[in-house]
Amino acid sequence: MSKTVIKVENLSKDYRLGEVGSGTISRDINAWWAKIRGYENPNLRVTDLARDSSTVHNALKNISFKVNEGDVLGIIGKNGAGKSTLLKILSRVTTPTSGQFKVRGRIASLLEVGTGFHPDLTGRENIYLNGAILGMRKLEIASKFDEIVAFSGVEKFIDTPVKRYSSGMYVRLAFAVAAHLEPEILIVDEVLAVGDMEFQKKCLGKMKDVSEQGRTVLFVSHNMNAMQQLCSKGILIEKGQLAMEDKIDAVVNHYIGISKVGTLSSEGFARRGNKSVLFKSFYLSDSKGNRIDSVMMGEDLFINVVVEKMTEIKSLDVSFTLRNSMGEAISHIQNMDNDFIIPSDDQLIALRIKLDSVLFVPNTYFISVWAGCNSEAYDCIDNCMSFDVLNNPVFNRMVYPHNIKVFLRSQWSII
Amino acid sequence: MSEQEDENWTLVVKPKTKWFDLHLNDLWHYRDLILLFVKRDFVAVYKQTILGPLWYIIQPLLTTITFTIIFGNIAKISTGGVPSVLFYLSGITMWNYFAECLNKTSNTFISNASIFGKVYFPRLAVPVSVVISNLITFFIQLLLFICVLSYYAYTSSVVNLNSTMFLLPLLVLIMAGIGLGMGIIISSLTTKYRDLRFLIAFGVQLLMYATPVIYPMSVLSPKQKSILLLNPLSSIVETFRYAFTGIGEFNIYYLIYSFLFMIVVLFLGVVMFNRVEKTFMDSV
Repeated sequence: MSKTVIKVENLSKDYRLGEVGSGTISRDINAWWAKIRGYENPNLRVTDLARDSSTVHNALKNISFKVNEGDVLGIIGKNGAGKSTLLKILSRVTTPTSGQFKVRGRIASLLEVGTGFHPDLTGRENIYLNGAILGMRKLEIASKFDEIVAFSGVEKFIDTPVKRYSSGMYVRLAFAVAAHLEPEILIVDEVLAVGDMEFQKKCLGKMKDVSEQGRTVLFVSHNMNAMQQLCSKGILIEKGQLAMEDKIDAVVNHYIGISKVGTLSSEGFARRGNKSVLFKSFYLSDSKGNRIDSVMMGEDLFINVVVEKMTEIKSLDVSFTLRNSMGEAISHIQNMDNDFIIPSDDQLIALRIKLDSVLFVPNTYFISVWAGCNSEAYDCIDNCMSFDVLNNPVFNRMVYPHNIKVFLRSQWSII
Repeated sequence: MSEQEDENWTLVVKPKTKWFDLHLNDLWHYRDLILLFVKRDFVAVYKQTILGPLWYIIQPLLTTITFTIIFGNIAKISTGGVPSVLFYLSGITMWNYFAECLNKTSNTFISNASIFGKVYFPRLAVPVSVVISNLITFFIQLLLFICVLSYYAYTSSVVNLNSTMFLLPLLVLIMAGIGLGMGIIISSLTTKYRDLRFLIAFGVQLLMYATPVIYPMSVLSPKQKSILLLNPLSSIVETFRYAFTGIGEFNIYYLIYSFLFMIVVLFLGVVMFNRVEKTFMDSV
C-alpha cells in the first residue's frame, strides 16, 4: 500500500453571515473584557442570541478523506457545494473552523493563473516573481527558465512589460510558470478553462505528465471529460459534505446521475427531432410509484414518461436505449415489443413501462428516450435518466469479471 | 497504517495554534520571494516616469526647501545653530524612512487581498519586503544628506562628526523595527476596523510634530522635553542629528528605551499579524 500524503480529518468550515464584529473598537473591547471575566457579551441583544445559529453558514461539514502518494484525485461537486472552500483550506489560504489536515511533502496550489503578476514588470521579471510566490526558489526558476519560456511560446516578448501582452499570451505565460512547479502535491482549480483548444490540450498533457511522474494531484473541474482522463480517484462533495469517495468513473457517473435523474421537467436537455411530440417529463420509480435512482439486481424498474402532442400525427412509437457508464448500448426497449399501441389522439399521454427483473451487473446506467414514427424522430433525448444497479445478496455473488454486462439466472444439475 | 508512519507529517494544519507559534523559519525559506518583492516595489514605482529614481532625491529636497521657508524663514523656529537646510534635511531623511515603513506596511492585508486569497506564503514576507525596499530609498536619501553635509563641511565649520556616527545602523534598525511593528499592528486591525486606514494618514503627520523633526529638542522646557522623550522616535532623530553636526542631544539611555520599545512593538505586531493572517480572508 502506498503512503498517505494528505489526511483530512473532520474538516469543517463555518462562515458567519452578515456583519463581522460589532464594527466599533470600544464595543469589541467591551465584549472582550466581558468574555475574559466570564460574562456574556453585554452588546448582544436577546434576538442576536436566537439569530446566531441561523447566520452561520456551514460551507464544509466534517469532511474526512485520505490521498495516497501518486493519486490524482478529482474533486467533483456543483457550484457552491464547498469545493473551493476545501481547496482554500488545503492550500492554506484560510484555516478550518474545526478538524485538521496533515500533509507529507511540499504542497503548491494553483487556484488561479498569474497570481501576483505585476503589469509593469517584464515577462522575465514576472516569471521569477510568480515562481517565488508559488514557492519556488530562485535557483529552481533559473534552471527551468528556458523551458518555461519555450512552453509559453512568448520568447519574442519576454522583455516586454506584461501589460502589453494579449490576454492569451498572459495566460500562457502564467500557466507555463505554474506547470513547471515541482511540488510533491499539486492543487489545481479549473485553470484549464483558459486559453484556446490547442493550449488546453497542451495543459492537459502537462498535467498528465505530472501525474505520471508519481506526484499527487488534487484537481477541481466541471469538465467531466478532463476529470476522467486525468484522475484515478474522485470525491464528490454535496452541500458541504463528502457524498462519495471512489474510483473516478464511479464518481463521475454518480454525479452525472444526481444532476439528471428523475427530472420532472424536461427543459434544458439537448434534444433532436421535429418536435411533433415532446417529452414533458420522465423519471424512474419502483412499483409503488416512488422515485428512485437505484435498483437491486433482479428487481423491477419502472420508467415513467409523459409525452405531449404538439401537432397532428398519424401514429406514435416510443423507445428507450439503455447504456452503461462506458457508453455501450446494453439493451433497447420499444412499445411494439408487446404489441402496445400508443393512442395518438390524446393531447397528453402518460406512460409507465415496467422492466422485469433488471439483471444488469452492478454499474451506473443511462437511459435515452426516443419518440417517433418509423424512421422519423419527433423527439429524442440522450442519457436523460440514470440509475445504479446494486448487487443483490440473493445472487450469492460479490464480483463479476471485468466487462461482463448482463447476468443470467441459471439452473445447474447433473444429468 | 502503522503508528510510526502516522508521525512523519511535514505539515499539520489545525484551526487554532498557539499564540507564540510564529513559524518564522518559514519566512527564511521564502527569502527569495522577499527579495523579489523588494525588486518589484523598487522597479515598478518609477516605471514610465521621466525622472525615474531621481524622485527619491527630489522629494526630500523639495520638502527641505518648504520647511526652510515656512518653519525657518517665516515662523523663525530655532534650529539650534545648525544651518537650516542641513537641519531639516537630517530630520526628514530619518523621519521619511519611518513614515514610509509605517504607511506602506499598514495596508498589507487590504492591498494584497487578491494575492493572499489565492496562494499561501508567509504573509510577513510582504511587510518585511516593504521595510527592505524602503531601506534602499533611505540610503539614496542618506547619500543626498551626506552630499549636502560635505558642502557645509567644506564651506563652514558647523559640521562636527563624532563617534556617535557608528550608531547609525542601530538607529536605522530601531526606526525600521518600530515602523514595521506599528505597521503590522495597524494592518492587522484594519482588517476589522477599516477606519484606521484614514486615521493612519494624518496620524503619521501628527506624530511628526511630536518628534523633533522641525525643531530641536533644545528649545523645549524640561517638562516638555520629558513628555517628548516618551516618543521613542525623538531620541533617534536627535541622535542622528548629533552624530553629524555635534549639536543636539545624545543619551544612551534614551536609545535603550527606544530599542526596548521596538522589541515590544515588533513582538506584539508579529503575534497579532500571525493571528490575523489565518482568517482574514474570511472577513476582507
